[in-house]
Amino acid sequence: MDQTIPLLILALPLCMFLVLGLAGHKMSHKMAGILGTLGMGTALVLAYTTAFTYFFGGNFVDEAGNRLQHIVFNYDWLAFTENLIIRLGFLLDPISAMMLVVITTISFMVHLYSLGYMHGEKGFQRYYAFLSLFSFSMLGLVVATNIFQMYIFWELVGASSFLLIGFYYTKPSAVSASKKAFIVTRFADLGFLIGILILSFYSNTFDFVTMTQAPGNVLASTGGAVFMGGSVLTWALVLIFMGGMGKSAMMPLHIWLPDAMEGPTPVSALIHAATMVVAGVFLVARMFPVYLVEEVALEIVTWVGALTALYAAIVACTQVDIKRVLAFSTISQIAFMVVSLGVARPELHEGVGYMASMFHLFTHAMFKALLFLGAGALIHAVHSNDFTSMGGLRKHMPITHITFLIGCLAIAGIYPFAGFFSKDEILVAAYSNSMMWGIWMTAVAGLTAFYMFRLYYRIFWWNNPDYSKHHHTPHDAPWTMTLPLIILAAVSCVAGFIPFGELVTWNREAYEIHLNYPIAITSVVVALCAIGLATIMYRKENSLPDKVADKVKGLWTAAYHRFYFDELYLFITHKIIFNLVSRPIAWFDRQIIDGTMDMFAEVTNKASEAIKGLQSGRVQSYVLVYLLGALLVGVVTVICMVL
Amino acid sequence: MDYSQFLGMKQEIGLLVVFLLVFFYDTFLSKKAQNGLATVTCGLFGLFTAYTLLCPSVMADATTFGGMYATSPVIATIKNILNIGVFIVLVQSVKWANSESQTMRRGEFYELLLVTLFGMYLMISARHFLLFVIGLEAASLPLAAMVAFDKNRYESREAAIKYILTAVFSSAVFMMGLSFVYGLSGSLYFNEIASAISVNGEVNVLLVLAIAFVIAGVGFKLSLVPFHLWTADVYQGAPTNVTSYLSVISKGATAFAFLVIMVQVFGAFYSQVWEWMLYALIILTITIGNLFAIRQRNMKRFLAFSSVSQAGYIMLGVIALNATGMASLMYYVLVYIFSNLAAFGVLGAIENNTGKVSMDDYNGLYKTNPRLSLAMMLAMFSLAGIPPFAGFFSKFFIFTGALEQGSIAIYMLVLIALINTIISLYYYLLVVKAMFINDNETPIATFKSHWSERLGLWISVGGILLLGIVSCAYNYILELTQSSNMFAGLL
Repeated sequence: MDQTIPLLILALPLCMFLVLGLAGHKMSHKMAGILGTLGMGTALVLAYTTAFTYFFGGNFVDEAGNRLQHIVFNYDWLAFTENLIIRLGFLLDPISAMMLVVITTISFMVHLYSLGYMHGEKGFQRYYAFLSLFSFSMLGLVVATNIFQMYIFWELVGASSFLLIGFYYTKPSAVSASKKAFIVTRFADLGFLIGILILSFYSNTFDFVTMTQAPGNVLASTGGAVFMGGSVLTWALVLIFMGGMGKSAMMPLHIWLPDAMEGPTPVSALIHAATMVVAGVFLVARMFPVYLVEEVALEIVTWVGALTALYAAIVACTQVDIKRVLAFSTISQIAFMVVSLGVARPELHEGVGYMASMFHLFTHAMFKALLFLGAGALIHAVHSNDFTSMGGLRKHMPITHITFLIGCLAIAGIYPFAGFFSKDEILVAAYSNSMMWGIWMTAVAGLTAFYMFRLYYRIFWWNNPDYSKHHHTPHDAPWTMTLPLIILAAVSCVAGFIPFGELVTWNREAYEIHLNYPIAITSVVVALCAIGLATIMYRKENSLPDKVADKVKGLWTAAYHRFYFDELYLFITHKIIFNLVSRPIAWFDRQIIDGTMDMFAEVTNKASEAIKGLQSGRVQSYVLVYLLGALLVGVVTVICMVL
Repeated sequence: MDYSQFLGMKQEIGLLVVFLLVFFYDTFLSKKAQNGLATVTCGLFGLFTAYTLLCPSVMADATTFGGMYATSPVIATIKNILNIGVFIVLVQSVKWANSESQTMRRGEFYELLLVTLFGMYLMISARHFLLFVIGLEAASLPLAAMVAFDKNRYESREAAIKYILTAVFSSAVFMMGLSFVYGLSGSLYFNEIASAISVNGEVNVLLVLAIAFVIAGVGFKLSLVPFHLWTADVYQGAPTNVTSYLSVISKGATAFAFLVIMVQVFGAFYSQVWEWMLYALIILTITIGNLFAIRQRNMKRFLAFSSVSQAGYIMLGVIALNATGMASLMYYVLVYIFSNLAAFGVLGAIENNTGKVSMDDYNGLYKTNPRLSLAMMLAMFSLAGIPPFAGFFSKFFIFTGALEQGSIAIYMLVLIALINTIISLYYYLLVVKAMFINDNETPIATFKSHWSERLGLWISVGGILLLGIVSCAYNYILELTQSSNMFAGLL
């Protein structure tokens, strides 16, 4: 493939970032917004062209009908040794092509939507500049040809997420949320980096293609080295997954994501629902063949995913802030993808779990972005994040209502919406691995349907509060905001019919999706029951929910407080780490390190004072020093040689 | 005589053409056309630079004049690097050259400058000491006239006198060394000397003194301690554009020529003799340069000592005695050109517009002239070696080159150099602190700089930002040095 288009996909957002970042303050808001949106729109077209050529162009399939991994370009960037070279390149394969589509689609929708949503905000240009930076970094991440390039863009993504969460930097809560997100994910990235170093130390390569095409060699290269009971490769893979856990908000590193909702809502839709948070899933998918040779690592992945899915679903049932509900729902849905990867094995339905995970990533990105953008429209209209101040909005905001309902149906897994198909495949994968995971994930799917419809009914039905106190009654947003909603809703209706098995599979071999009727019917029935329950409890204002909450008071309060994870972290950091570790280190730093440095500075200063006479300003002494110096150099060397 | 051998010296001939065109323009064109001289020179030189960069035939190997002159891809590249630097210097000097006090003499400024560059070309390409000395003198004597260019200023005249006296003295010492070499070997050709003196592998006193004197003679131009004492006074007294020329171009050219001499002539005596001489000089140069730089309040003196210390780092590329060292030396010179010229560009712009050169005047500069402050900050970061700016990579590579040599002593040397980077960080950050943090009730007023100053700064800042990240520059140089046979006979 020609290099120009792939290069442009990356260069356009970067240029937009530079232009808007450097010259944005000289433009009008409108100009900056339109420029950013146009840039992203062009990238969208180019990414679609690339993905289309890859999937349907026919040039990227070998004789056996398997799709190829194609490296469009790969520059040597920094060569440490002959083998260990950091390259920057563009890898085109099914998952990267799919991610190009997802990222550019959602990013373009968000760019468009923000024209309306962020209208009149201070720092509008800065907002668009950061959006472009994020899009650039995310695109660079998914096309990375090697794990180090991925790590570089991984950090860039983290940095742009930090900037966008803290966009309202005058709000203390936003500032602390951005710090929290950055510190937690950075902590996880420490594991990632160590994992990369271990892996590359043994396998002598950063390259994805080399690693995944011969994962046996990677295992062999470790020579059976063992560390603390686990093989070195397991350690490396688990540590790499730790980086993924941080970005994808897996328990116990999930605590930053709910707080990250302090950022502008379109940002939540783009970064914290559709793209960045699935980076961890993408990472495991990218390295999947290597994970396959160490099944222990995959089992850890499964456990982490399953626990997170259940935990987040329970918490989501109790939250009142609509963005928090959606945040926990996101955590839970990403955990679905993680579980799906964890249970995937080539011998089970030809590794359907891998395909299902990517499929769910794709559909989830669409409907979760839809839900977030819908939530943004609601917040825009009602000026509150809590559904307690909403209710009966279906009459005031019909477009938002319908699109939001479609999103809810999709995530609940009702036929024929997108979520049904992808979730069904995940359940197939889970059941085929073991009965336990199948039942577990079905239960979580039921919870998903329940909390989503709880949210839906509380926003659009429940009661009819008096909106006349507001300075205007709620109404649908301008077209720039409703158009993305409509498009995404349409996509959520039809995306399930994409023959995903033919496009994205673990060994890039085409795979035909069959509906597994027993499982499909079970999951739909469970979802319908959950929706029915939600209808009974929340359709009309009544006291049933309070009664139920009272019945299981302990569980309810604990879930409302997110099972006290934040408190636990605060306890560990403040009481244990600060007192027992940080204080002694601080003392050491102040007394010993600073003392040494001060002495160093003192000596330097003294020495500098002592020799200043050398620079007398008299040319005679200059020449004398010169001559003596030259003679000294010679004479001392002669003496040394004679001795 | 076969005149076609002149064609081997494409860059020299190109430079001569530029010189003659400027000379004729200056001499024969009308008074009115004279005002365009500065711009025309920049344009001509820019064309010449672009031509030598892009034209592949420049990169050919050639030897002429019975082996006195040689060129190769590596040599053509170092000349190209110098050309880029000279181009920036020329651009930066446009406003100054067009100022009231200089209009009478600006032609001479450009002509002298081009002649010294020609001398440096000869130094780099010389394979015979006669040609080398001609180059050295051609690169030194006109510089004295350039230092004295502000002849109505007392400091300028004083600086010129100091410069010429020390230069003459150092030439004398250098010649003394050469006469020893001639006495030992009976030849002035690099390769003949090398084979004559290493024939029995014995080191005698005369040879040691000869090497010491050669190092001292070249060390003067590089301002290695203790041969550096002229530097601060001359840098301070000379017009800023001359100072920037002295500090980057003259130094870069000499450093490369020095590497060639030490490797090709005295390469056999590396571990016995001159590794240790250079070792001591590097430590002295870096440390003493730093210790003096800490105390300076005048920006030009400050940059003078900073450049003394930087020369020490450049010498690490010589002591490495391998292809990586040579590549990192060239890369260091390239990065140093951009970083130092960015610093001098800001300094010159401020001096031209307000006449202020003290670090205290820079207090609060960010509030009034944010762009200049940012450019200066980047220059300081790059000189100090903070990632991801180019200076970090140049230091990284020059340390890598030295470490490849592999002896424990060199590890110690690199450690000392590293400690010195910390000290240098202190004084580089002092400037940044002055501009961004220190308060000032009467900061330098906001001014609009001349297009030439802005252009020069944009090029330099672009280099600082891109050279490190776009790694192909270093890789390209490294490939060239690895395929040259410079170090072939040594290992």
